[in-house]
Amino acid sequence: MSIIIHENTKVLCQGITGQAGSFHAGQMLEYGTKLVAGVTPGKGGTMKHGVPVFNSVRDAVTQFKINASVIYVPAPFAADAIMEAAEAGIELIVCITEGIPTLDMVKVKEYLFHRKTRLIGPNCPGIITPNACKIGIMPGYIHRPGHVGIVSRSGTLTYEAVWQISQKGMGQSTCVGIGGDPIVGTDFVDVLRLFQKDDETKVIVLIGEIGGGAEEEAAEMIKREITKPVIGFIAGMTAPHGKRMGHAGAIIAGNRGTAASKIEALKNAGVTIVDNPADIGDTVAKV
Amino acid sequence: MKLYEFQSKSILRTKNIRVPRGKAIAQGDDASGVFQEIGCSRCAVKAQILAGGRGKGGGIRFASTPEEAGAYAAAMLGTRITTRQTDQKGIEVKHVLVEEAISIKRELYLAILVDRSLRSPVLIASAEGGVDIEETAKKAPDKIVKEPVDICFGIHPFQVRRVLTKLNISGIPSAKIHNLLVNLFHVFIDSDCSLLEINPFVITADDEVCALDAKIDIDDNALYRHPEYKQFIHDQDLPPAEVVARKYGLSYISLDGNIGCLVNGAGLAMASMDIIKLHGGKPANFLDVGGDASLEQVVQALKIILTDPKVKAVFINIFGGIMKCDTIASGIIQTLKETGIHIPFVVRLEGTNVDSARKLLDDSGLGIISAKDMKEAARLVVKVSE
Repeated sequence: MSIIIHENTKVLCQGITGQAGSFHAGQMLEYGTKLVAGVTPGKGGTMKHGVPVFNSVRDAVTQFKINASVIYVPAPFAADAIMEAAEAGIELIVCITEGIPTLDMVKVKEYLFHRKTRLIGPNCPGIITPNACKIGIMPGYIHRPGHVGIVSRSGTLTYEAVWQISQKGMGQSTCVGIGGDPIVGTDFVDVLRLFQKDDETKVIVLIGEIGGGAEEEAAEMIKREITKPVIGFIAGMTAPHGKRMGHAGAIIAGNRGTAASKIEALKNAGVTIVDNPADIGDTVAKV
Repeated sequence: MKLYEFQSKSILRTKNIRVPRGKAIAQGDDASGVFQEIGCSRCAVKAQILAGGRGKGGGIRFASTPEEAGAYAAAMLGTRITTRQTDQKGIEVKHVLVEEAISIKRELYLAILVDRSLRSPVLIASAEGGVDIEETAKKAPDKIVKEPVDICFGIHPFQVRRVLTKLNISGIPSAKIHNLLVNLFHVFIDSDCSLLEINPFVITADDEVCALDAKIDIDDNALYRHPEYKQFIHDQDLPPAEVVARKYGLSYISLDGNIGCLVNGAGLAMASMDIIKLHGGKPANFLDVGGDASLEQVVQALKIILTDPKVKAVFINIFGGIMKCDTIASGIIQTLKETGIHIPFVVRLEGTNVDSARKLLDDSGLGIISAKDMKEAARLVVKVSE
């Protein structure tokens, strides 16, 4: 098995006719993802990559059984797109969009609170179960099926970790990019809990970065609930205070959110910390 | 985007939150005239910088005559102020706020910000205003009141009563404070703040409530829907390289080392800085070209790096997913040819179109050093930078 997605996950793409949406819809289909429909308001009735386009998520779900929606809608409209998918009853939403205002995400979280929908992202690369289903923007070819579960706040740094692991002849059960924003739908803790329950996942890699307290919360939870080996890397040891390091969420405010405090918390929870980002693959191979 | 005190106060004023009467001036303006205009016996002259702790750095003076106000303002404008929140060079004072001095009965601390773990705005209040809130939080956490504020309902009257009780405020009609908190929350939401801090917020001798200082940070991601703040962007006091970077959609932060970095993705960019440090080098900057940079963006990014006179070597680390490695290679070659600069370039490319990219670099005859992985690249770039 894998977590969250598998080979039979039926996917909808919101923003399928836009530049990013169209490109990645094509890539997902090529990878073998069961992308069954797309949505772009005003483009209903047309086709993209041989997939029917609808005006609304409601229209799409009346025609198709859909498990997940991936969102490439521009930031000003992305919060609305998430809520539209949730309202239509979609169980999994993966929001790739970067640059959504934080207060929009506060409203989205409030909206999702009483619903069954799981949101991954925003500002994330997405989620992939190798050779089964890819929902997002990650390059498919670097992945191999296997037993390492990866959860990360970063995009390209996750590719780096995946590549190192694949180069060593190992593979991944599922890789989840939870996103680099201050407020995200699914946190480290949620994904760790799923990896713990998943038989296919034998080792967990957690990739964090400066800012916020998500890694510290994860450490608390790992101490209590995780029995599988966890390997951690935290980016931003050398980042200066008070500067936003690209990601909206990657900022050290006052004394909070430093790499040192995260590393200490994770070490205390028994996590093997990798100091050198080039050693992630080697460290996993040793476990 | 951080706003100056005078800009923050102008926003508060629009929501009927009382702030001292005053006016911001720049070099060449007449502070003594502002003193007379305000028409009170005592004024505060406050240096406007985007960092805290200026009181201890000499950035706040009290004037009792127009001449004094003029002299204090003239002494501040154009000088640099160093505080515990700035670096050693300090920050140049470009604006000074001259405003009426208020007679204070009590000083409090008030702030609204988004709590990342609660995923909600929270109101933070403390009976100890005017001091460093982080110090209070460390020494006496029980003196800090924290109330999550529902984004849909706003602050409830029962929450206001709870805050007042905890802060031990009586005698002032709670309606007055309730109105103030409701208005502050409106400012927070309507202006897309990531931080709204009033420190100190004061109860005056005649039992009025007044924001003596104000600090607003606006969520950069929300600026697109606030054309009214466009004017403030020019006042941001960013280093010229960061202004150019913004223009081209690059995320750039200058640091004090000598190895220029160009990376795609924020996490990998931070990890690249870290690995340089681990190998004994020092990064000159953080630069994320983004997930899908164009040739022009790559060239502009390299030019920003090469403009920094500290840079002795350049480290390029790309994991191309959507980003195509050959775009990076072409950008490097074009930049080196255009600028004629000859400092060592160590390039690590992986991912989409990597083979054609490597060939481009090898065939260029520019002596670009290719590395097979991140570790080798870091080792090589540190070596050539020494």
